[in-house]
Amino acid sequence: MPKVNITVNNNPATGEVEGRTLLSTFLRDIVGLTGTHIGCDTSQCGACVVHVNGDAIKACTMFALEADGATVDTIEGQANADGSLNVIQQAFQDHHALQCGFCTPGMVMSASALLKENPSPSEAEVRKYLEGNLCRCTGYHNIVKAILAASGQEVSAVAAE
Amino acid sequence: MPKDFGIGVSQKRREDVRFLKGAGNYTDDINVVGQAFVHFLRSEVAHATINSIDTSAASNMPGVVRIFTGADFEGVGGLPCGWQVTDRNNEPMQEPPHPILAQGKVRHVGDPIAAVVADTYEQARDAVEAIKIDLDELPAVIDMADALTENAVKVHDELKSNLCYDWVLGETDNEKVQAAFDNAEHITTLELTNQRLVANPMEPRVAVGDYNQATEEHTLFTTSQNPHVIRLLMCAFVLGLPEHKVRVVAPDVGGGFGTKIFHYAEEAFCTFAAKACNRPVKWTSSRSESFVTDAQGRDHVTKIELALDSENNFTAIRTNTLANLGAYLSTFSSSVPTWLHGTLMAGNYKTPVIQVNVKAVFTTTVPVDAYRGAGRPEATFQLERVIDKVARELKLDPVALRRQNFITEFPYDTPVALTYDTGDYNGTMNKLEAAADFDGFAQRRSDTEANGKLRGLGVNCYIEACGIAPSNIVGMLGARAGLYDAATVRVNATGSISVMVGAHSHGQGHETVFPQVVAEMIGIDESQIEIVHGDSSKIPFGMGTYGSRSIAVCGSAMVRATEKVINKAKKIAAHLMEASDADIELKDGQFSVAGTDKSVAWGEVTLAAYVPHNFPLQDIEPGLEETAFYDPANFTFPAGAYACEVEIDPDTGQVSIERFCAADDFGNIVNPMIVDGQVHGGIGQGIGQALLESCSYDKDGQLLSGSYMDYAMPRADDVPFYAVDHSSQTPCTHNPLGVKGCGEAGAIGSPPAVVNAVIDALQSAGHDVDHIDMPVSPSRVWAAMQS
Repeated sequence: MPKVNITVNNNPATGEVEGRTLLSTFLRDIVGLTGTHIGCDTSQCGACVVHVNGDAIKACTMFALEADGATVDTIEGQANADGSLNVIQQAFQDHHALQCGFCTPGMVMSASALLKENPSPSEAEVRKYLEGNLCRCTGYHNIVKAILAASGQEVSAVAAE
Repeated sequence: MPKDFGIGVSQKRREDVRFLKGAGNYTDDINVVGQAFVHFLRSEVAHATINSIDTSAASNMPGVVRIFTGADFEGVGGLPCGWQVTDRNNEPMQEPPHPILAQGKVRHVGDPIAAVVADTYEQARDAVEAIKIDLDELPAVIDMADALTENAVKVHDELKSNLCYDWVLGETDNEKVQAAFDNAEHITTLELTNQRLVANPMEPRVAVGDYNQATEEHTLFTTSQNPHVIRLLMCAFVLGLPEHKVRVVAPDVGGGFGTKIFHYAEEAFCTFAAKACNRPVKWTSSRSESFVTDAQGRDHVTKIELALDSENNFTAIRTNTLANLGAYLSTFSSSVPTWLHGTLMAGNYKTPVIQVNVKAVFTTTVPVDAYRGAGRPEATFQLERVIDKVARELKLDPVALRRQNFITEFPYDTPVALTYDTGDYNGTMNKLEAAADFDGFAQRRSDTEANGKLRGLGVNCYIEACGIAPSNIVGMLGARAGLYDAATVRVNATGSISVMVGAHSHGQGHETVFPQVVAEMIGIDESQIEIVHGDSSKIPFGMGTYGSRSIAVCGSAMVRATEKVINKAKKIAAHLMEASDADIELKDGQFSVAGTDKSVAWGEVTLAAYVPHNFPLQDIEPGLEETAFYDPANFTFPAGAYACEVEIDPDTGQVSIERFCAADDFGNIVNPMIVDGQVHGGIGQGIGQALLESCSYDKDGQLLSGSYMDYAMPRADDVPFYAVDHSSQTPCTHNPLGVKGCGEAGAIGSPPAVVNAVIDALQSAGHDVDHIDMPVSPSRVWAAMQS
């Protein structure tokens, strides 16, 4: 079977894959990074969003072989060097933007890509950007609020708590 | 200084840190050394007899360990139903077998026919494709009314018909009910559908079975809301295993919403196959598989009639409902259209005569069972829609009409078998009126209309029976289980505490909330307290998490166990300070002797309990660990009032939610932030039901909405920010914390508000429309506007 070499969260990773092995499966089952979640099989839910060469990608839309040589960032690599939560992760905790936690890795990775692209998004821009990320627990209220807060915007006026 | 720990504080969730770092431990993250993988061959047709299954080619495929068919499960029990409903003639419901793998017939798309265990998941999938099956297709049974006709094709040949039960609650004398309608000044009738939904927790179901031949012990890792329930059902009814040799673990679970309560064939299969193959066996559901195997929700067709006297008092309600059970009886399916639905038909109102009629029907569709709210959303939707309709017919203020009919004196015995212990429905309505700014609506409507759109305001109330449930009552009603819960409070020598609870957290934040209660009671820092849940080998026998029961039932058990711990600790403290037990006070983690300056710290007492050198060994045992089981005296009754404002684009029929306000009475609240989050999530799902979601089958029983491409899940830009208020509080009168539960309210209370708002908007533009079935899609709205 062909070999795939990638750099994940600044560490080299390698493994043999079938042609049909998806990047999401490769990360979970071969590299052992189970923070990237699989919530559907039609590339709709966004629980598997990672960054490939800096771009937010649903890892289930890409074969592992296509990622050969790429730099991949996953949820496991998002915390600060000292292990503390980064700004987006901390905003998610501060604003209760997760419940069961299953969609959370994809949400954080998408939020990170959004804020890189648009450092001060409006509420509508956040909601639009998250169209590829499903959450069944939060009704999105606190996710949108956390992302606005992570961008440094004032959120205390967001509907009554 | 503001309070910074204990009850009432919005503590940030400690479990978030692992989830945010991708370090959660979900079932699919668990891999057991040597494991094989199973993939199921599932029926692609709704109804057929199986003539033959040829596995010869598949058996020779690479990596195949073993192939199982129904023949391997002959003599093995089927999946049991946990609630026997008795019909209007005192006859038990019709209860067909529910095999692990199909026995001679398939009854819905997705019904499992065979299973391949192989070295890899891909090999199992490949081999499934090589199995040859010969089926004779039978007509699908889809429409409930058709299913009940005399010559209908039967889903289960051994049953008399497709009717599971014909059930009645409330006033059973038809003449008395009819007399109430005959004497009415006004009668309003509404026929409506509460459409079938798919729960869709973001984590698909997973099961990993493991068997240790040396110790003869089974372990099942599974995505469950209630590991002990799964163990009991699987051991006692399905596989006939000794409970003490079976460990069921539900680790981090990615949402449940009811659909992970039930005992599923795949759990029993993996447990069985792990022993049969002498290898751990893992099954991970794809989302496509979830759509045809996870129990689905709702699916009621109802006619409701409401009678009023000349002063607009509600005088009678009569409902006739067809409830779809799907092809088999899922674990609690029979209770949902009956005791979880009919009992709530009084709502928040003092209607003296109520009759609820329910016919539950087998069809060749995926089984239907509890989904967030379970029966109570169906009751609320009927009642609040018909009240809205009558208010419009009589040109009454819908809020004033509701207020006029509110129950205001408690306790209140409803005509449908419940006793509401407490409530203040005017209180929550007052909060709603303020939060929703009813006074400003006219201006907002005029602004919307200036932009060429329509605007509507919808209001409704809800009540739910939660804290499920008093075992003696539900036993009389047919439950085959007790519905208590349990907690063990284990104090360690150095004073830290592990609390083992029967409740299961799959998003509710128990790991944060439960320690707040114990910290409050003892007066020590929450960081000293941890919750252990989800592993039947570690926790006392508890019934798990559903029906908004965790804090009301399991939390009460935890309070009782903590009280026992404190009582014993006071005896130890009394001994250490040479005082009388009765004089010992506990405050802020210090035991003191009343009226003196003598005190010992919590940690000194706990150390003495485990190093009992100076200890009253003649009076009490060493150690400090207590267990309590708590069986509630009554249900709890969260209630509230919701308001929704929508805009409708008249050119397209597109509905957008502009404002959504919720005023809930949950009694006392432990962590307000988490309660807000629960309500937000429920509203999100309720808006999903109202505007987007529909699980649809065609006439041949093919699931038309079998993926996220076809089943419209609410997305971030489908919903607004919500305003949530829970400051109107009438504490529950019969549990120690005065709590009611908050998990389902949002999903129960929100759908009628949305639909009421849509009707308000359409009528404001002169459209003669008094109901649109959910989901209120652009095409349905547009069609209603053209009629």
